[in-house]
Amino acid sequence: MSKFKKSTGGGTPAISTASLPDIVFMLLFFFMVTTVMREVTLLVENKKPYATEVKKLEKKNLVTYVYVGKPKENLRATLGSEPRIQLNDSFARLAEIKPFIIEERTEINEAERALMVVSIKADQNVKMGLISDVKQELRKAEALKLNYSTVKGDISKNE
Amino acid sequence: MARNKRGIPEINAGSMADIAFLLLIFFLVTTTMDVDSGISTKLPPWEPPTEDPPPIKKKNLFTVLVNGNDQLLVEGEYATIEDLRFQAKEFLDNNGDLSCDYCQGKNDPSSSDNPGKAIISLQNDRRTSYKVYISVQNELVAAINELRNDYANRKYGKDFDQLAPEQQQEVSDAYPQKISEAEPLAL
Repeated sequence: MSKFKKSTGGGTPAISTASLPDIVFMLLFFFMVTTVMREVTLLVENKKPYATEVKKLEKKNLVTYVYVGKPKENLRATLGSEPRIQLNDSFARLAEIKPFIIEERTEINEAERALMVVSIKADQNVKMGLISDVKQELRKAEALKLNYSTVKGDISKNE
Repeated sequence: MARNKRGIPEINAGSMADIAFLLLIFFLVTTTMDVDSGISTKLPPWEPPTEDPPPIKKKNLFTVLVNGNDQLLVEGEYATIEDLRFQAKEFLDNNGDLSCDYCQGKNDPSSSDNPGKAIISLQNDRRTSYKVYISVQNELVAAINELRNDYANRKYGKDFDQLAPEQQQEVSDAYPQKISEAEPLAL
């Protein structure tokens, strides 16, 4: 036999896994960049209604969230099942909305304060009475740009 | 010395992938991809309720009432959400006083004068559910968006979204979004 012949019997050669960390790191960085950490823990039920004519809220730092919905099931024993308002991490009364909005507004730099948007994240089964009360409070706090948070989808799914 | 010739011993990087995977899975789990989106509106500024509202001709008002059982009353007649978009479009595009040269409506003198004057008035009950309210809002905004899109296509041959900002402004001014909301009452 010639001396160049490969030695046989080694089985299939092992695939080099040296580049595996690189691939994984690539994915890792992708997810690190796209990740948005959830800032608040929801205390209320939040099943958003569907709508098609949606606009994206781009500048996150200009958006303030107001959550409205029934308290979550584990809190119902103490709080009842009437829809409540949640600001940041705690339940709030209607009168607390105005100081909350004013405080949030001071955290935005002065040039962009007029662009502040309030996003109402309400559960689809909430009655409009409470939402209207929230809207009146927002008017009093001069937060006039409003966004009803919805999921993109046909309105026939709002059942 | 013999020992120095060997150089720095290689660090075993075999567990690198494991560490990276661990981090990867953490970020995978915590990632929320959805961008917040929703229907945008503007609230009227807070005023003392004693002030008289400016006079508006009744024919320039498109009244939509939603009662506590989520039923709709459009212009005094029972209606469904499916028909609302069409009715709103017809009202906004009516051009009753013939001053709007880009409108394609029926020129019905008993309906709105022109898109600049036409106002949609929305009133709901305190017991109306939020999802129906959003559906109604969505249909009314959709009507305006469809009119804008049609106009953009006729004038510039492009969809509204693809126009330059100043063109978008012009089209928006042609069909302004005038939805007025009354305070809810028990219907």
